Amino acid sequence: MTKHTKAVVMDATAVERALTRVAHEVLESNKGAEGLAFVGIVTRGAVLAQRLAERIREIEGAEVPVGTLDISFYRDDLATRFNPEVRRTDLPFDLSGRCVVLVDDVLFTGRTIRAAMDALMDYGRPSCIRLAVLVDRGHRELPIRADFVGKNVPTSSRERVKVHLAETDGEEAVVIYGDEEGDE
Amino acid sequence: MLSSKHILSMDDLNSDDIARILETAESFAEVNERRIKKLPTLRGLTIVNLFLEPSTRTRMSFEIAAKRLSADGVNFTASSSATVKGESLRDTAATLSAMNCDLVIVRHKYAGAPRMLTEMMDCPIVNGGDGLHQHPTQALLDLYTMKRALGHLEGLKVGIVGDISHSRVAGSLIPALRKVGATPIVIAPPTLLPSRPDVLGAEVAWDLDEVLPELDVAYMLRIQMERADGMPFPSLREYARLYGMNAARMARMKPEAIVMHPGPMNRGVEISADVADSERSFVLAQVESGVAVRMAVMYLLLGGGDSGVAA
Repeated sequence: MTKHTKAVVMDATAVERALTRVAHEVLESNKGAEGLAFVGIVTRGAVLAQRLAERIREIEGAEVPVGTLDISFYRDDLATRFNPEVRRTDLPFDLSGRCVVLVDDVLFTGRTIRAAMDALMDYGRPSCIRLAVLVDRGHRELPIRADFVGKNVPTSSRERVKVHLAETDGEEAVVIYGDEEGDE
Repeated sequence: MLSSKHILSMDDLNSDDIARILETAESFAEVNERRIKKLPTLRGLTIVNLFLEPSTRTRMSFEIAAKRLSADGVNFTASSSATVKGESLRDTAATLSAMNCDLVIVRHKYAGAPRMLTEMMDCPIVNGGDGLHQHPTQALLDLYTMKRALGHLEGLKVGIVGDISHSRVAGSLIPALRKVGATPIVIAPPTLLPSRPDVLGAEVAWDLDEVLPELDVAYMLRIQMERADGMPFPSLREYARLYGMNAARMARMKPEAIVMHPGPMNRGVEISADVADSERSFVLAQVESGVAVRMAVMYLLLGGGDSGVAA
């Protein structure tokens, strides 16, 4: 994969700070950790969800349940962007009545989030769904916005935004690559 | 996304395809445990069950799989269709083509009928059992069940017991086991084996009791009592005594070994009632796996564009 790097918009420290702030914002808006749940969209959203739960444990000493969601079966672009590598959805708690914070790495067109909300609804009836993303890069195609944003990154729709995390990629950075078809 | 557009026999699938189908089926199995067992994945697509030979469980399994994926399933069965009025398979295929269906599951009494359909239709074709040839989705769900029950497939010794020469289940299961690194052993009296059993690609044994202690899976085939030419052994009682699975035989198997049967069972013939209902019998697990595996097959054949084959 030879893509020319355009810019590193977040480094490891910036990612850490953003997550800590988002964790505080989630607690503030929910007035504590009561009734919260994090659901990360595979793969990197799941990692971020785990980290947000750890932050909340450090801040409030409270355990927030964490689940992972694979939205392959809910996509609206099966014919063009088919994902054969389906991973398991794992929601080891009852969603009903909880305030579910969906977590993803990059918010782009909003289609992934639409699919994720449809998937969540099949598992139960959360009292509310909030959205937390590490990067919001704009170019929405659906009326969807994030409640908690690590960083807003203005991009052109031809660029690619890639989040690298230690757990999945061995390093921590948010990078923009130039002149490619849109992603995420 | 599989290496083949159709699944007509196990020859169409390589070991990567098989691994992918089994993995995807695991995700679908989770859906089948939910209260809402429906996904929007194949919304708007039409799947035709072209069953020109009697079948209840396979047809139902495909039908449920299609419904859970939100595809529109249409049943075309022999007794209630124009085939009774003498329509040829070619004309039936042309009719289905004209209706723009997206996937056809076909069961037919003649081997090769699914392959013939591929020449007449543009959509992917899945063989739901053709004559004495193959029944690939059965083999896939059997692999899935074995993997779930025993944790792995490689190195397993699977004894396939019964009417090998008339079994399309064995026809698919033997190559399927070989592709995943397991060892198939066919166990039957010579009259139930093809004249050249060596071409099956399986080890051959005549005496069930001799190989029993080595087996990880005892796969009991159905004795097809409805066969017109009678059964090539003296009596059902003798068959049951020599080749039937019963509690005494099960006790001589490895403690973790399991018993499987593609159904419908002849209790008291190839499998005794107490074994069929025991916790080492995975017959119902096989039925349950069938839906998830068939959902995976549909998903992987219909994903990635009209052709179903990745660029």
